[in-house]
Amino acid sequence: MGELEMEKHVRYILTIEKKKDDFVSLVIEHLRINGAYWGLTTLDLLGKIETIDQDEVVSWVMKCQDESGGFAGNIGHDPHILYTLSAVQILALLDKLDVLDIDKVSNYVAGLQNEDGSFSGDIWGEVDTRFSYIAICCLSILRRLEKINVEKAVDFVVRCKNLDGGFGSTPGGESHAGQIFCCVGALALTGSLHHIDRDLLGWWLCERQVKSGGLNGRPEKLPDVCYSWWVLSSLVMIDRVHWIDKEKLARFILDCQDKENGGISDRPDDAVDVFHTYFGVAGLSLLEYPGVKAIDPAYALPVDVVNKIIFKK
Amino acid sequence: MDSDEDERIPFSQRPEWSDIKPVPQDDGPNPVVPIAYHEDFRETMDYFRAVYLADERTPRSLRLTSEAIAMNAGNYTVWHFRRLILETLNTDLHEEFDFIENIAKSNSKNYQIWHHRRWVAEKMGTEATNMELKFTRKILSLDAKNYHAWSHRQWVLQALGGWEDELDYCLQLLEEDIYNNSAWNQRYFVITRSPLLGGLPAMRESEVRYTIEVILLNPDNESPWRYLRGLYKGDAEALVGDPQVSCLCMKVLSVRGNTFALNLLLDLLCHGLQPNGELKSVVEGLTNSESDSIDPSLAIKVCSLLETLDPMRSNYWAWRKVTLPSHTKAI
Ligand SMILES: [Zn+2]
Repeated sequence: MGELEMEKHVRYILTIEKKKDDFVSLVIEHLRINGAYWGLTTLDLLGKIETIDQDEVVSWVMKCQDESGGFAGNIGHDPHILYTLSAVQILALLDKLDVLDIDKVSNYVAGLQNEDGSFSGDIWGEVDTRFSYIAICCLSILRRLEKINVEKAVDFVVRCKNLDGGFGSTPGGESHAGQIFCCVGALALTGSLHHIDRDLLGWWLCERQVKSGGLNGRPEKLPDVCYSWWVLSSLVMIDRVHWIDKEKLARFILDCQDKENGGISDRPDDAVDVFHTYFGVAGLSLLEYPGVKAIDPAYALPVDVVNKIIFKK
Repeated sequence: MDSDEDERIPFSQRPEWSDIKPVPQDDGPNPVVPIAYHEDFRETMDYFRAVYLADERTPRSLRLTSEAIAMNAGNYTVWHFRRLILETLNTDLHEEFDFIENIAKSNSKNYQIWHHRRWVAEKMGTEATNMELKFTRKILSLDAKNYHAWSHRQWVLQALGGWEDELDYCLQLLEEDIYNNSAWNQRYFVITRSPLLGGLPAMRESEVRYTIEVILLNPDNESPWRYLRGLYKGDAEALVGDPQVSCLCMKVLSVRGNTFALNLLLDLLCHGLQPNGELKSVVEGLTNSESDSIDPSLAIKVCSLLETLDPMRSNYWAWRKVTLPSHTKAI
């Protein structure tokens, strides 16, 4: 088995951060803040967060905040709950939450809760269990969970549970590993994991491992490095991660590395990107790969960050 | 717009835009390098920022958002502004559907497009029902597992109606690909939620029959096995009480070992199934290790078989073995 090319991945992240001159970085201009979260978390997991200019990042993040209190994907864009979580996670990562007007941000997030307990992503009202997780995670980091109706929020997530033990985006929606991560995360952060049949869901999740060792997100789909995170973190949260073949999964992730230029792709030999680089490294972190910092499966932040900020350890 | 893409005239050379001063993206403190963005796109976005900041909700701004979206359908702010313009101008929404359809052809997994489509359909109401069902069918004919298309379709059925042909549609998709888990999920959605079918109690018998037939043709297909359990709403006693279920396990296992059949059989045993001699001998036939034939418990044999058949999840099966309820150890 190959090794994790830590230094090359660090270099890869640092160069894409500088490279704003190609079309790809241009089209993701509007979600740069998500990219920043993926890149910075990866650097921290690899122990290299100090290589970036943190003050520059913080001042840029704060420029993405809108009057509403929410954050946009970049300066001058519109706020959305997706970007707001990334902004809060970045500030937590850099231990700079004190620059935030916590009530303003948390009011924005709490204002997106609907009557039935679900959350919209923005003022246009799209509903998805992804947003339930994001709202709950964001408010947990800000320690303002009391601003929403947690009971109703949990009820909505539970209504999206399927008979296979998994969860979909809305009631009746097909079980999907990404949505399962969001729903399990939302339930974990609100102390509501008793709503999950751990054995049933655990079995569904471990059935996601295919012959190559990789994980897919739904039956009969191809394995993909990003599911290493979604499936694995869910398994960790319900304490069933020992049901899969961890060694084979680690090998699959390592096979997706670009060993020359750094970065990790979705499947072996595909082109690398920052998204899959983050999910690959985060997956290896959950697999306790030596040299990679531990990540918290629910907050999606390094454990030491969570301890410091949330548990004040 | 597709046709004249190659001969795009820059905004700076279009007379109707001469009054606008483009606004470049503010890349934050110390933009690292002078940005040499893809020129057309950069220019379009610079003009977009100008009309957006001026909150200019005019037909030309609407056309500008069309161009910007065609170049990058993922930009959230452009869609957001487009809706504001559509609301202000009170535009004919039929045209909007054509626009979305064009964009969706190459971006069928983009959240923004689907969200926008939902917004337009919601505004239009039941008049949009057939159009939406047809549209999702078209997208699903290209990718039968497109999660966005399925979510949209479920929303249409629940919000606008159109359930009449849905079960037939599921059947058709399953005939095309019996492994399509999305179609199985939709089938469950229809039989449990359609106001026309009487719900699960009315549908169970025929659905069980159909599912068993499908499993016997393709025992390695994960989806119908889960669907079958779903038909009993995860009620293990109901599963145990239906002889068709244990009979199915036996039929599948009499051909060869199969993890889904063994797993279901294991659950049946855990919930009190009393295995008959025939079932026991079928499992016996699959076992070749002598060590297990010493232990007479059928459930233990099943666990051991699963450990060998599915080594990747051997920890799961080993866990099942040690957590077997005591009553299973006597049979
Ligand atoms: Zn992926």
